[in-house]
Amino acid sequence: MKFGLTTEQQLLVEAIRGFVETELMPYEEEVERTDKVRPELIAQIKERAIRAGFYAANMPEELGGGGLDHVSLTLMERELGRTSFALHYVVARPSNILRACKGDQIERYLLPAIRGERVECLAMTEPGAGSDLRSMKTRAVRQGDQYVINGTKHFISYADVADFIVLFAASGEESTAKGSRKMITSFLVDKGIPGLEVRMGPKSVSHRGYHHCELVFADCRLPASQILGEEHRGFDVANTWLGATRLTVATQCVGRAQRALEMATKWAATRQQFGQTIGKFQGTSFKLADMATEIAAAELLVLNAAWKTDQGTAMDQDYAMAKLYATEMLARVTDNAVQIFGGMGLMAEVGVERLWRDARVERIWDGTSEIQRHIISRALLRPQED
Amino acid sequence: MKVLVAVKRVIDANVKVRVKTDGSGVETANVKMAMNPFCEIAVEEAVRMKEAGVATEIVAVSCGGASCAETLRTALAMGADRGIHVQTDLALQPLGVAKLLKAVIEKEQPKLVITGKQAIDDDSNQTGQMVAGLLGWAQGTFASKLTVEGEQLRAKREVDGGLETVLLKLPAVVTTDLRLNEPRYASLPNIMKAKKKPIEALTPDALGVDPTPRLTVLKVIEPPKRKSGTKVKTVAELVEKLRNEAKVI
Repeated sequence: MKFGLTTEQQLLVEAIRGFVETELMPYEEEVERTDKVRPELIAQIKERAIRAGFYAANMPEELGGGGLDHVSLTLMERELGRTSFALHYVVARPSNILRACKGDQIERYLLPAIRGERVECLAMTEPGAGSDLRSMKTRAVRQGDQYVINGTKHFISYADVADFIVLFAASGEESTAKGSRKMITSFLVDKGIPGLEVRMGPKSVSHRGYHHCELVFADCRLPASQILGEEHRGFDVANTWLGATRLTVATQCVGRAQRALEMATKWAATRQQFGQTIGKFQGTSFKLADMATEIAAAELLVLNAAWKTDQGTAMDQDYAMAKLYATEMLARVTDNAVQIFGGMGLMAEVGVERLWRDARVERIWDGTSEIQRHIISRALLRPQED
Repeated sequence: MKVLVAVKRVIDANVKVRVKTDGSGVETANVKMAMNPFCEIAVEEAVRMKEAGVATEIVAVSCGGASCAETLRTALAMGADRGIHVQTDLALQPLGVAKLLKAVIEKEQPKLVITGKQAIDDDSNQTGQMVAGLLGWAQGTFASKLTVEGEQLRAKREVDGGLETVLLKLPAVVTTDLRLNEPRYASLPNIMKAKKKPIEALTPDALGVDPTPRLTVLKVIEPPKRKSGTKVKTVAELVEKLRNEAKVI
């Protein structure tokens, strides 16, 4: 069993850290204050990320990506996780689901996404379909060579900036042993086509500058050639390509928690009360010890799941455990960081309240903690059941 | 033009250095190490010269224990073409390093040697000057701007009184100051390429150099902690204290 990083992985971590500190961190305060990333700043970050080869680092080399294995990618995501989500999202890691592109979809969507010419977003969630995704009401009805889409999606992250959407819609029903259930088809939808309206969603407490939108489809017509994957097999496409995104959430949480710990440690070592630094009080120092221990545990879970992915042995529950533990760990660590800072911790200028706010969404998106527990417990119980 | 860059492995600049309890040196066990920041500037300058078409090949050299290979990989990932590792576990001092570098330089025949002006561990600020002295080459120390002009090198130097510009005849040795450039973060393709770039291992014996330390470190102690000051109520009291306690006026 080897826990050490290769020389390349060490160099990668150093390089990404340098990129984050030079190109992203200086703009954190601006993004928090204005709740947006200026288009010129997006262009600047994108250009420098492409030049450094970090853009689309998750995509295979033969497609023009960085060709990183999962452990390296997880390390990269951890380092990116240290800074503002809205900023590091510009250093795009295009959704792996685009790898399902076929025929001319490759030249129209996949390759431009890797080259940084086009940006995608994923549309699954609806007001009535959150964790219960299959209950989605957005319909795709086939009419000859076309599909007519009707319905509303919400919480669609980055739809304001994206150029195209990977849409999931109910395309019919099938009967199974457990009764009838909806069949889902995924489509590639260009923003700006008739019948699709994109509205800004309500303001979120987490990740300022990274917005979500409402997508309203009203008799929006799509040619059958816009299907991503196979008709009615939308969830298969998602399951094939989106499993590891939970690992991305988890590893970014580790990076953010490390930043919170560093800030809290520095503060505890310098802030004086009752004639000594507050780090000398056990109430503070034991908090720091617990934070460091939990971060290390989460990191091991995350890297182990990444390593298993590279070995081809990762199970759903590996990702679920990593995501569950890392996101809940981040909540505790950032809460403790605020507590160590005391009243100052709540001040925007200090920066630790941002980490605390940003932590909240991580337990909800990409599968809530409850869904992750469901996955883990099903993996335990199902083999014992008849 | 071939450029040779010397790189040193030191305790990372962000680490708070601790003195060993026995006073024999500073704690290096389980401490994060990195390339000396002035050496990073040296590598960056060489890479920029290569990008500008002035340099044709960049050779990075490091002297020290096995882990120095990691520092060389960093240089290769930044854009150096190949590495030379002079392996020794001796605690090297500037003169020893200068002699080793001289031997490597005579073997490699570069037109330009760039080193950091000093390393952030011992702050000696000697190696570059010693290399130039041993070779009998021109030297431009504390450089904040370098321009190659044919067979000459124009170096702007940061000196006490301001900036001094000198014209050096090549071959020459240059040491870098902070403002020469801002080193880059390595790019992903270069990190991947770094693995395949060669690092040649040499020994002091093979180079015919004896780098045994000539100086003995007697004791390393932490600088005294700064004491808190006193508040004075009047100017007269201040003057009185400066005159009679501090004895500075």
